[in-house]
Amino acid sequence: MDVVNQLQRQFIDYSASLHREGFLDDQFTQLQKLQDDNSPDFVVEVASLFFEDCEKLINNMARALEQQQGVDFKQVDASVHQLKGSSSSIGAMRVKDVCIAFRSFCEAQNREGCLRCLQQVTHEYSLLKNKLQTLFRLQQQILAAGGSIPVVE
Amino acid sequence: MSGNGASSSSLNMISGEDVVNNNLSALVVDDSPLLRLLHDIHLKKYGLKVQVAENGKVAVDLFHLGASFDLVLMDKEMPVMNGVEATKELRAMGVTSMIVGVTSKDGPGEQQAFMEAGLDYCFEKPLTPEIISFLLEELNKHNKD
Repeated sequence: MDVVNQLQRQFIDYSASLHREGFLDDQFTQLQKLQDDNSPDFVVEVASLFFEDCEKLINNMARALEQQQGVDFKQVDASVHQLKGSSSSIGAMRVKDVCIAFRSFCEAQNREGCLRCLQQVTHEYSLLKNKLQTLFRLQQQILAAGGSIPVVE
Repeated sequence: MSGNGASSSSLNMISGEDVVNNNLSALVVDDSPLLRLLHDIHLKKYGLKVQVAENGKVAVDLFHLGASFDLVLMDKEMPVMNGVEATKELRAMGVTSMIVGVTSKDGPGEQQAFMEAGLDYCFEKPLTPEIISFLLEELNKHNKD
């Protein structure tokens, strides 16, 4: 098996594991299909915007939840709502699922529940970022070796 | 009318000659840079000329300046001017573009208020290839009439 084939196989297996473990759903596959010669870095660009969004929104949530003099749960919910939208759009299933639970705690004005969800969403985001960066590194290796990126259904 | 995002489907099935159209223009109105990029690339894939706006006021100002678009994808929650207000303003100005609301999974009451502002359709984000294909078919039918 030559180098390109091996790298492609690694990419396919790694992609499949991300889907199997629930990190990514089919929306991510749809994004990969949108990438072409006219927009060769599309998925990386979308992922970068997602990372920026996450970091900004997680900081917003943390600041809002730190307020000892009454948490503005509407403000927290607004950030969670945005994060849920972003994560749905990129196919970040586990992040999205935490956001769904997070919104329930916001609605119930449950600060402890919100703090637990904040911890969880931070953890899931961190995991996903690491895994996507690994995936993109594999992509770069394939391209550098002269191969093309397989689309994993 | 409102619809939910469909499950996966190959773009190859949808990007047939009957829906790839080089004559249509679209305006993507969304405060999220991620969603603007996503919908921008998605619509360009179908041959549309696409502009983006980061909130409802920017969108309304574009129309005031004489711009016109066949399709407007309008996010609901935006700072400065939200999608509901922007849609009402555009319809009050006499804009007849197809305006499609794009929302997160809100309660039915919230989507209804958005529809009543003057939308043609309202779908959950993100828009899937099936939904975009459906919208383009509707636009093409409208242009033939």
